[in-house]
Amino acid sequence: MKPGTVAVVGCAESDSLGKIPDHSALQLHVESARNALADAGLGIEDIDGVAATGNFAVEVAHAMGIAPTWIDNTSVGGCSYHLHLRHAAAAITAGMATTVLISHGESGRSQNGAPGYTIEDFSPWGLYELPYGVGGLYSMFTVPVLRFMHDYGVTHEQLASVAVAQRIWAEGNPRALARDSLTVEDVVNSPFIAYPFHRAECCLVTDGGGSVIVTTAERAADLPRPPVYLLGTGEAAESPIISQMADFTSSRAFRASSALAFAQAGLTTNDIDHLMVYDAFAHLPLYALEDLGFVGRGEAAAFIEAGHTRPGGSLPMNTNGGGLSYTHTGMYGMFAMQEAIRQLRGEAAVQVPDVHTSFVQGVGGMFMAAASLIFANAQP
Amino acid sequence: MPKVTALGRPAAEVQDDRLAKPSPKPSAESVPFWAAANRGELMIQRCVTTGRFFFYPRTYSPFVTGGATEWVTVSGRATLYSYIIDFRPPPAFGPGPNVIAVVELAEGPRMMTNLVGVEPDPEQLPLDMALMVEFEPRGEQAVPVFRPVAAQ
Repeated sequence: MKPGTVAVVGCAESDSLGKIPDHSALQLHVESARNALADAGLGIEDIDGVAATGNFAVEVAHAMGIAPTWIDNTSVGGCSYHLHLRHAAAAITAGMATTVLISHGESGRSQNGAPGYTIEDFSPWGLYELPYGVGGLYSMFTVPVLRFMHDYGVTHEQLASVAVAQRIWAEGNPRALARDSLTVEDVVNSPFIAYPFHRAECCLVTDGGGSVIVTTAERAADLPRPPVYLLGTGEAAESPIISQMADFTSSRAFRASSALAFAQAGLTTNDIDHLMVYDAFAHLPLYALEDLGFVGRGEAAAFIEAGHTRPGGSLPMNTNGGGLSYTHTGMYGMFAMQEAIRQLRGEAAVQVPDVHTSFVQGVGGMFMAAASLIFANAQP
Repeated sequence: MPKVTALGRPAAEVQDDRLAKPSPKPSAESVPFWAAANRGELMIQRCVTTGRFFFYPRTYSPFVTGGATEWVTVSGRATLYSYIIDFRPPPAFGPGPNVIAVVELAEGPRMMTNLVGVEPDPEQLPLDMALMVEFEPRGEQAVPVFRPVAAQ
């Protein structure tokens, strides 16, 4: 894919987000898909490719009445949708598909029609981590951070400031689930979920859906919404289990996927106006800011604490409130991408002025996989 | 062995064995590791070509294409690399806080484990503290856990 030759032409979330107990996961998928098609001014007959995680790729297509001739059911956790977009761009460039629907729906909170999620006894996870009482993502994804904090002198107040910065964005966003004002003192004085993480440093658990539609830039020119062009993409994987991540202060997958995206786009961090980083827990933006090269090693915590990622800051980050304050259905990556597209269209709930480029960094599993996307609202 | 849901709640809440800590059932790749644990030995693999140790057990060395491996009983010495304290552990690990640690073996590889003989208190858990392996019976299978050397 040459930068700017593929574009997002439709983008929408489910009608509501948060607590939607009467909707199944499949309904959250198809509701957002219908909304994205309406946004794009397209119908089911226009879609020839469908991407979603696991069984949902075919289920969503069939439920919508789409007969796809290109399918991607890549399922590597919360960044899967970013990989879907990367794969769709390649397929469109290769002539294997013309217009692709990428769909997410998850009943993470209500567990209505939600697929099972198990750790198999025989897997590395089941054999080498489950025996030690890992009770959920909060007790695994969090394990590296004390090494990061130790090696770089990060304080508990600085970790809390990640949650606070994102809450400030969420306060202005009517669709964000957590909008009450939050201070560093509130966070550090609250109970621990898994030391050193307090509740506000752990993601929300919500229901919701989101879909995007992607096609060629030529076709996008004939459609009603302002195209959001894809300039660069990257994907990478490291270890299936968090304990085998090579360096607890840096994600190899973050470094690899972001380097690919920057190289393809021909851009550097200086060219990026807006940043979305998958934040299942408050430490992820620290890793991403350093691994993507926005700040130097050991500088991320002070950068966030100083307010540079808040409204008015030099690097607006997680401007929907993020997984910590906006929504987190389980595989949040779709919502990071949605916010980047809204910002580039100029229609975000808390709009950042003069956004021309946006970088989306996704993570899947627990530093298992990663993907990077660079979007722009003009062709290079 | 209990399943764990995406939300961190043991699916085994409805099963009878929820109060038993998991007892691993060796995979084809890991039989020597688990058999050694039942003898009270920590055995991991070394790449024959490079001499580098690695964990977890695999069919080939990850450092060389299809590389041969050998099983070695290692020292059991380790240091504390990182950890969390889980304040709402699965029933078998509760009700108190459970320390989930990643330790770095003297031979290089790291592994997840539990710490024993030490309070789940950050003041008692400085990173890089010296640890020694011991083995915790789990029904028919023992699993490696680690104890601070000063506390032995």
